[in-house]
Amino acid sequence: MNGNGHNAARIGVYVCDCGTNIAGVIDVKALAAFAGTLPGVVVSREYKYMCSDPGQELLVQDVRDHQLNRIVVASCSPLLHEHTFRTATAKAGLNPYYFHMVNIREHDSWVHEDHPAATEKAKDLVRAAVRRVVFHKPLERKKVPIHPDVLVVGGGIAGIHTALTLANAGKHVYLVEREPTIGGHMAKFDKTFPTLDCAACILTPKMTAVKQHPNITLWTLSDVEKVEGYVGNFKVTVKRHPRYVLEDVCVGCLECIEACVYKQAKYPDEFNLGLGKRKPIYIPFPQAVPLIPVIDPDTCIEFKSGKCKKTCVEACGDRHGIDFKQKESTETIDVGTIVMSTGFQVFDARRLPYYGYGKFPNVYTSLEVERLINASGPTGGEVILRDGQKPKTVGILHCIGSRDENTNRWCSRVCCMYSLKLAHLIKEHTGAEIFNFYIDMRTPGKGFEEFYQRLLNEGVHFIRGKGAEISAWPLDPSEEGKLTIRVEDTLIGKIRRIPVDMVVLSVGLEPHADAGDVRRLFNISCSQEGWFLERHPKLAPVNTFTDGIFLAGCCQGPKDIPDSVAQAGAAAAESLALIDAKFVELEPNTAYIVEDACSGCKTCIPLCPYSAISFLEEKKRAEINEALCKGCGTCVAACPSGSIRQNLFEDEEIFEEIKGVLAHA
Amino acid sequence: MPEAKPDSRKGQENGFEPKIVAFFCNWCTYLAADLAGTSRMKYAPNMRVIRLMCSGRVDPQFVLEAFAEGADGVLIGGCHPGDCHYQEGNYKALRRVRMLKRLLKTMGIEEERFRLEWISASEADRLKVAVNDMVEKLRALGPLKLETPKEFFAEEVKAA
Repeated sequence: MNGNGHNAARIGVYVCDCGTNIAGVIDVKALAAFAGTLPGVVVSREYKYMCSDPGQELLVQDVRDHQLNRIVVASCSPLLHEHTFRTATAKAGLNPYYFHMVNIREHDSWVHEDHPAATEKAKDLVRAAVRRVVFHKPLERKKVPIHPDVLVVGGGIAGIHTALTLANAGKHVYLVEREPTIGGHMAKFDKTFPTLDCAACILTPKMTAVKQHPNITLWTLSDVEKVEGYVGNFKVTVKRHPRYVLEDVCVGCLECIEACVYKQAKYPDEFNLGLGKRKPIYIPFPQAVPLIPVIDPDTCIEFKSGKCKKTCVEACGDRHGIDFKQKESTETIDVGTIVMSTGFQVFDARRLPYYGYGKFPNVYTSLEVERLINASGPTGGEVILRDGQKPKTVGILHCIGSRDENTNRWCSRVCCMYSLKLAHLIKEHTGAEIFNFYIDMRTPGKGFEEFYQRLLNEGVHFIRGKGAEISAWPLDPSEEGKLTIRVEDTLIGKIRRIPVDMVVLSVGLEPHADAGDVRRLFNISCSQEGWFLERHPKLAPVNTFTDGIFLAGCCQGPKDIPDSVAQAGAAAAESLALIDAKFVELEPNTAYIVEDACSGCKTCIPLCPYSAISFLEEKKRAEINEALCKGCGTCVAACPSGSIRQNLFEDEEIFEEIKGVLAHA
Repeated sequence: MPEAKPDSRKGQENGFEPKIVAFFCNWCTYLAADLAGTSRMKYAPNMRVIRLMCSGRVDPQFVLEAFAEGADGVLIGGCHPGDCHYQEGNYKALRRVRMLKRLLKTMGIEEERFRLEWISASEADRLKVAVNDMVEKLRALGPLKLETPKEFFAEEVKAA
């Protein structure tokens, strides 16, 4: 009844207990016994861990002893161990594509509580696989060369570390950053927890190394516009926005900034989050890389009216480094692998009006306070309020935009520690009395808990309770002229009102507003929250579901600097492992045309998103370019004459699966 | 070996447990089902998943074959519009689903029996809700009773 090869099929079925993960729900013995009754099945066994060496050996030995020519393993998701068992099948001397995997763990034992029903489901799935595998054909994996260059998207600490690691290994790296300088959020920090290393002191040497490295091409003010191709062979289009100061001419003397017709800085400075001022021609911060000024066309008089004296051009003199007519340009590069290190954005505290951010001048976000403390910040490192006074009391509110049903449900992981750090630094700078308002104190890192203990000994107050509201309405004289934090102190079970001079909102980390667009551009997945999704949360934490694209840093989820750097190193290593293999093997699930059956109707041609199908005029037949086909199967489903077929997903294989899951006897 | 009949399972008083054949794309909905597993979510055991690379691979014949072979419901799961791993396969699936819905109606197959869901890799919860909801509706509907004999469809499928 099953057509070709049925009589010849000698199938081995292996049911994995996965300890108790599967065997605890599914009657594995009954399942294996059932499999033994199916047509074509010669051997059926259950074993504790099929993925273990003895498990695989069992399979290999059976192939030899019983001349098996088809293998079915019922265990976990094929995304986890399909490769393992294909390799074992190959080791036994069979073509690896004579193997089929049944998912009875993720899709069955882990999601069902009704044991008999779960066992019935497993039987149906095994029956489908046994019927399907009869039709499997030997296939070869296609080998394609890997381009050795790498694209790193985002120049924060994760991107910088990835780029340097790869460049030091001799690979050429394109580092694309959309801001005028690399450095990311870390460049804005003053000190880092828990060691109180100066962020700039440890970051800026790495930034300079990026600029000087012969293997790194650094493109700032640039966006990735298009990504085509596949692992080993990506073609990427990068749009470079004009800086209006020519990078190859400028020497970074900064005299143009000095010479600007604006004698005083006038416009809010983005790098200092608007706390400081800059001129229309500026550098984001003194250690910016590249150290080349940038002109903001929205504020520059020459751009607005065309009637500026252009003192900056005069100052530049013979170098002619300033070009008001610079246009945006497009670069197209070929790379083999891509590392995403696009980072995060901080939670916008305006979304929670009861904290008064944007309404009360002395309510700050944590990132703003980083800039206030920083010696190169807008106040030269003095923690002063907007009226110039030093605060005498400061309240730090944790979990703003984190662990909150109304905003973001996740813990941002770094806020407890940076709040402790800020408490220490503000105390050091001002001697103020400091109150921390926390839900739980989360200090699970090397030296973190010790740092918390240190703060407790320094006399910082800790009040267990999430700040409920900031108000400027005094209810008694002690609150006059102050901001009052209303909080439920859950350790004493009372509502308290604590008047302070300055409020720091410890804002959480969230995915960039445009993370969804970026992910579509690169064809990778996001978690429900919007963080880029790793291939496996434990075993493939820097891989994505798109081969050749890796993740580093906070774009994958909130993390601190050491974790970002560690992940960046891992992403670089994964990338290197691919590049140094020189070739990558692609799944042979491509579509092909049975030429004799093709009627030349051309239905398939416009369906292919990769233009892999062309029409051969002389033969009046369609043809599929195997190198361009990515194996989605859309054309296969559309072909009215059934002449397009797909390796690994042949029509008869799927029909057998349908019949298999539905057969009642 | 005789297999347990569907009515031996736990279920409604009438003992009817619908069987759903699901076609899930490898990149979104299949992964959501994996995630439901790793998250130990619980949903009705009535669905049997067939993995395809893309919802665009779902040949309308697969759906007809499933009904002809006795499925009480068919579920297609793909990536959200705009998120297809293959750019636009899910749009092709959508077109075919619309065509199939009209066709199934003419065959007297209730519309609750055939469903398309966009479920991304992270939406395990959405998968759970969709499956449970579909099972509830099919339980209420009862077994698929084709007005035309099954053999007719088998012939049709072969002829196509």
